[in-house]
Amino acid sequence: MMTVAVTAISSSSLSYSPLLLHSQGPNRRLLQCERNEKRRLATKVAGSGVITAGFELKPPPYPLDALEPHMSRETLDYHWGKHHRTYVENLNKQIVGTDLDTLSLEEVVLLSYNRGNMLPAFNNAAQAWNHEFFWESIQPGGGGKPTGELLRLIERDFGSFEEFLERFKSAAASNFGSGWTWLAYKANRLEVANAVNPLPTEEDKKLVIVKTPNAVNPLVWDYSPLLTIDTWEHAYYLDFENRRAEYINTFMEKLVSWETVNTRLEAAMVRATQREQEGTDTEEEANPDDEEPEVYLDSDIDVSEVD
Amino acid sequence: MAIRCVASRRTLAGLKETSSRLIGFRGIQTFTLPDLPYDYGALEPAISGEIMQIHHQKHHQTYVTNYNNALEQLDQAVSKGDASAVVKLQSAIKFNGAGHVNHSIFWKNLAPVKEGGGEPPKGSLGSAIDTHFGSLEGLVKKMSAEGAAVQGSGWVWLGLDKELKKLVVDTTANQDPLVTKGGSLVPLVGIDVWEHAYYLQYKNVRPEYLKNVWKVINWKYASEIYEKECN
Repeated sequence: MMTVAVTAISSSSLSYSPLLLHSQGPNRRLLQCERNEKRRLATKVAGSGVITAGFELKPPPYPLDALEPHMSRETLDYHWGKHHRTYVENLNKQIVGTDLDTLSLEEVVLLSYNRGNMLPAFNNAAQAWNHEFFWESIQPGGGGKPTGELLRLIERDFGSFEEFLERFKSAAASNFGSGWTWLAYKANRLEVANAVNPLPTEEDKKLVIVKTPNAVNPLVWDYSPLLTIDTWEHAYYLDFENRRAEYINTFMEKLVSWETVNTRLEAAMVRATQREQEGTDTEEEANPDDEEPEVYLDSDIDVSEVD
Repeated sequence: MAIRCVASRRTLAGLKETSSRLIGFRGIQTFTLPDLPYDYGALEPAISGEIMQIHHQKHHQTYVTNYNNALEQLDQAVSKGDASAVVKLQSAIKFNGAGHVNHSIFWKNLAPVKEGGGEPPKGSLGSAIDTHFGSLEGLVKKMSAEGAAVQGSGWVWLGLDKELKKLVVDTTANQDPLVTKGGSLVPLVGIDVWEHAYYLQYKNVRPEYLKNVWKVINWKYASEIYEKECN
């Protein structure tokens, strides 16, 4: 697993909320979030006692029976209606009244990941995020082949679409226990804190397949997820019992929404380009000013590569 | 799509090899699916016959099959001196081998009510439980809570620490055996909390499964192991 160098900013400020680690380089995603959230958080701190409504359970972008016969209505009723719903509800209960309360779901995921030493909110937050991402990764009448830039990159990075399919399915089938398998766009540079990759090349930006356990997702490594398949047993047990391979085949042949994957890829590539252009700004971002939210560590942390 | 009728006995298991078979030139021993000591439906209503059949004939059988395959490949890799192949096989061996071991214990941890399932432990194990956990209810509460809290797939165990001579409750992830939590730990009772162990009957409500499974826990077997290890 790739882990990142982090810098810790200590402050005398109060915090009963989880640690907020500022990081450079690969977790710039979090930094960008924080910049956007500064104002909101300041408001939150000022107006304490305000409890936000919490996260909502978003329905899939199709009726619950629309994926039949490849994924049954019954599965959607339980998977979305019970599992996903429970993650959202439990997350809200966990974070209400804390500093995580006003953050976006992605921010909660990134903060609670805590460099792999997950804080209590991580499981619910990440699973809430993962499931929403999952429902949007599939569609009625899905399957087939990707086209355009997505296909070009798949062919570039995996040799061929068939080769990609083989590797993706194999990864999903061999992810022992509960977890997810992802296609992601990786656009991190060299892991050099306080520096920008002096020679960015196309090879830094590529498609990768990653397997994750339980609730972990590639956001925590600053990858851009493009597609996911849920391989927790609850995702396929009612329709396929233990036949995970059959579920994976059906998923790829009949369900995957390449259109959505393509849209996500476009956004990911735009993000990567924006960062390249912002490259010189990172050093300034490293030193927060007084406006930063008061949710810091109150102990020192070793600023070294954790592995 | 779920199986509606339940086969009366572990008939299919009986068709498999009844003893180990030899593979290959060096004749490594392979493993077979153990028979259940009771009918698939005998643990109802705590655990449905449908679940027992699929759990035994599909899941456990798959662990056995994949374990044997991995061992065969390992044997070849070792013979050829292919170090990287040997290393690459380790996770499949650990996962499938432990899956086989854990489930073999699990079937013995369960018994139909009319054969003593659910009957509280007597003798030395019963006393030890009272000593360490206050009461059987205390132990059950603790194990159920820890089992419910396992994120993803795993097991919750009552174990005996042979060295410290005390009972412990612990959980393991995926198919990790209890010994990965401590070299001197001996499993007495293991409860499978992978979703496949309860999903068809209890769906996402794992705590309900954990509440009911105690009605078919075979404390006699656990006591046997305990007494054996304590002497």
